Amino acid sequence: MIAPVNHIVGLTSIVRERVLPVSGNVIARVNQRVGATDVIAETRWAREHIFLDVARTLQLSPGAAEKLVRCKVGDKLAAGTEVARSKSLFGRSVRVPREGTVVAVGGGQVLLEVGESKFELRAGIPGMVTEVLPGRGVVIETAGSLIQGIWGNGKTDTGVLVNVMNGPEDVLTESRMDVNLRGSILLGGTIKDADTLRAAAELPARGLIVPSIFPSAIPAAREMKYPIIVTDGFGSMPMNSAAYRLLSTNAKREVIMNAEIYDRYSGARPEVIIPLTISSEPPSSMEVAPFAPGLQVRMRRPPFMGSIGTIELLRPGLTTLPSGLRALAADIKLENGEMVVVPLVNLEVVG
Amino acid sequence: MPSSLVDGNSLLAVDVGASSTRAVLFDVVEGEYRFIASGIAPSTAEAPIKDVSEGARNAIVNLQSVLGKKLLDSARGLITPSQANGSGVDALVVTLSAGATIKTVIVGLLKDVSLESARRLTSSTYTRVVDTIALNDTRKAEQKIDSILRLRPDLVVITGGTDGGASLSVQKMLEPIGLASFLLPEEKRPSVLFAGNQKLEDEVKSLVGSLSSSMHFSPNVRPSLETEDLDPAERELAHIFVNIRKRQIKGVDQLNLWSGGHILPTAYATGRMVRYLTRAYNDSSILSVDIGASAASISAGFKGTSTLNVFPQYGLGENLAHLLKYTTLEDILRWSWLDISKGVLSDYLYQKSLYPATIAATKEDLAVSQAITRQALHLAMQNARRDFPRNIAQIKKNLTPGFSYIFMGGGALSDASRPSQSLLLLLDSIQPVGVSTVILDQNNLLPLLGAAASRNNILPVQVMESGAFMIIGTTIAPVVTASYGTPIMRAILTYENGTESRVELKYGSLETLPLASGEEGRLNVQLLKGADIGYGPGKSPKQGISITGGALGVVLDGRGRPFNLPTDAVRRRELIKKWSWTLGGE
Repeated sequence: MIAPVNHIVGLTSIVRERVLPVSGNVIARVNQRVGATDVIAETRWAREHIFLDVARTLQLSPGAAEKLVRCKVGDKLAAGTEVARSKSLFGRSVRVPREGTVVAVGGGQVLLEVGESKFELRAGIPGMVTEVLPGRGVVIETAGSLIQGIWGNGKTDTGVLVNVMNGPEDVLTESRMDVNLRGSILLGGTIKDADTLRAAAELPARGLIVPSIFPSAIPAAREMKYPIIVTDGFGSMPMNSAAYRLLSTNAKREVIMNAEIYDRYSGARPEVIIPLTISSEPPSSMEVAPFAPGLQVRMRRPPFMGSIGTIELLRPGLTTLPSGLRALAADIKLENGEMVVVPLVNLEVVG
Repeated sequence: MPSSLVDGNSLLAVDVGASSTRAVLFDVVEGEYRFIASGIAPSTAEAPIKDVSEGARNAIVNLQSVLGKKLLDSARGLITPSQANGSGVDALVVTLSAGATIKTVIVGLLKDVSLESARRLTSSTYTRVVDTIALNDTRKAEQKIDSILRLRPDLVVITGGTDGGASLSVQKMLEPIGLASFLLPEEKRPSVLFAGNQKLEDEVKSLVGSLSSSMHFSPNVRPSLETEDLDPAERELAHIFVNIRKRQIKGVDQLNLWSGGHILPTAYATGRMVRYLTRAYNDSSILSVDIGASAASISAGFKGTSTLNVFPQYGLGENLAHLLKYTTLEDILRWSWLDISKGVLSDYLYQKSLYPATIAATKEDLAVSQAITRQALHLAMQNARRDFPRNIAQIKKNLTPGFSYIFMGGGALSDASRPSQSLLLLLDSIQPVGVSTVILDQNNLLPLLGAAASRNNILPVQVMESGAFMIIGTTIAPVVTASYGTPIMRAILTYENGTESRVELKYGSLETLPLASGEEGRLNVQLLKGADIGYGPGKSPKQGISITGGALGVVLDGRGRPFNLPTDAVRRRELIKKWSWTLGGE
């Protein structure tokens, strides 16, 4: 059976596609070395439109109105520009209420894009551009530590990692927000409330990496302008030992947070990258792996949710669980030496 | 043994669900079609594999190991037709429910007429209505355009106008759709289904046809104000669903190729089977309830008509984090025998939405999981009831109408650890009334048979009658209101050998009478306190009711309809445990 993989790995090759939300201009070139904050592509993006119904305004047939329209697709029009005027003595005119670009003309109607803004796509990770996706973005390759999370608030940033956790089971509170933490990415404990998030914003912190978050704090977390990555789950959950070890031992280093919103279909996941200088290319992490003895796994459901262990034995046939359900299962040796039986569907490989 | 009408072709049926993919083989045994075996594997619509055909192949590989014969060649291609050496199959059908909910914009003239029909139509498959454009929409054209551009719907369903009726109004509503589609990149443009005034087809084609990713037409869902006919549009929508999935998910094309185009949305295939069974069983009323990771589906067949409702919002997978938009933590917790805090439940909903395929390993986890299933199914049934025909016989308004047969399927019901758990889950959430035979589709065959019917119309009949489904038993649920502990029914079950079993049913309790699978009996009931099981208050047939046996025999549900749980939490939890124990649970 194929196992899902969650990457928590000390050194790996990381290949990431960075693409614009709409087509635009790619600035970066193949073999260019980029920093995390470098702009690699840009586009102009209008989120609003204005629909001018010349025919209706001038009370003409669409055909007659069409002949009066003086603009064409692609025209950039200033606010107040006249796009049509009726032929009568005191002819009425139709004017553009806001500056915009004509995107469609026909049938006595004009559609404009307005409120255009420039969108710059940043590299997100430092590395080498290995491929340009024309009009869309680039593929960047780098090497370093990779810690994937389970929830992100959609923001990205880089900064120096500061560990404010006293252990994987810690809780992050408002009172921990010391002014010395300003401008840092914080490795903190469970977030129980929105006040803690607001206190981090006031510092301001550059980002938060936490083991878990209470569902009640999620709406506020989405609103925060800095990235938040949750590594393990919802409610009170400690940080899994693999992620805690890796992150806490990399304190004081520059880390990149890409708190991408988890998308099960595209595979987008929130992740922390710690770039490392290497002399030779490290191997890439596996994306899928068949369950096998010796693999390091994490439990995704009670009773050992979040615990890390090693597969000792894949049980033949179906195993009856304490719940009464029957499923393919494995004997797992937890880090404390305890042996437990876990259904395979409740496991993910860590590596 | 009746002579076989079949030509002996084997049929492989694959169901691609959100969490699991099942491969099921049907073949001819002693002249009749039988369910032979099934193989299961995790679905692979999601990253990193992003190819549903891989999950299908894995399920087929697992089926191969059960069968001991090859169905896939060395390149993992399907061997078809079956070979002289016994390998391969003659045909394949596929049902599909995997994939993100289809974002849909509905367009119609009047809120209570064409838009209501559009809502019912889109409710027949895995859609979520993200915007509604109606004649009385006060938004400006550009606001509608911006809304569509922001929402990026996968599908636009346009209804409105009776045949030969209004046309200008429909055209006006289509302008923003056409313009927004024009502005979207070609690969992001929605599919469009027009099921309105037939005279407008050419106009619609010119306004939005070239701007949609695919344009479809079906007969008007509202040929006149008084008439609604959803069937042809539902059929078209089923095809559109598959086309959208082909664009969205790799591997659907491959399965479509293997199956020669015999691929249907899972819920639609179930609905087709329910319609068929309704006719086959002399216009009996038939209900199918199914709940899994992708959606809760309710399909009901009545004499001459049927309804199909798919509720992705009540699915037990990725949509669980949003379940609280439709219900409360308290309403979920009322179903649990365990004292669980609201915080734990809230965490659970979010956590499970991340990992839909995970299962409950402990009794405590199962208790939470089944409480959620009960509430989700309860909500689905309440919503589905709104679309049931108004002229059907009902003991009391706002109750589930009487169904002769109830099929239950989907991961959450068919995977329950015991049949008693599945039945209690059904009784609690659906709250059937009167006399019903409850059948567990433990191999989730119903949709596959619905899909198979398009290739082989004998197969579903013969498989249905072959014992591939588990008859749980017959439930008797009177409509009555009384004090707890008051006798409401006395029942005598007479077995085929003439012996009898008797029981007195008290209000608020469950009772069982043993009647093994395959056995038949006659149940004579005396109804007290005006209890009604469908023959009128206090009335029952003098000759008794012919009853079919099952795994749990006859189950008498005296908890009243509607069934209200006690408000006192401690007493409620005790009762839930007692009911479970009565049906043979722990």
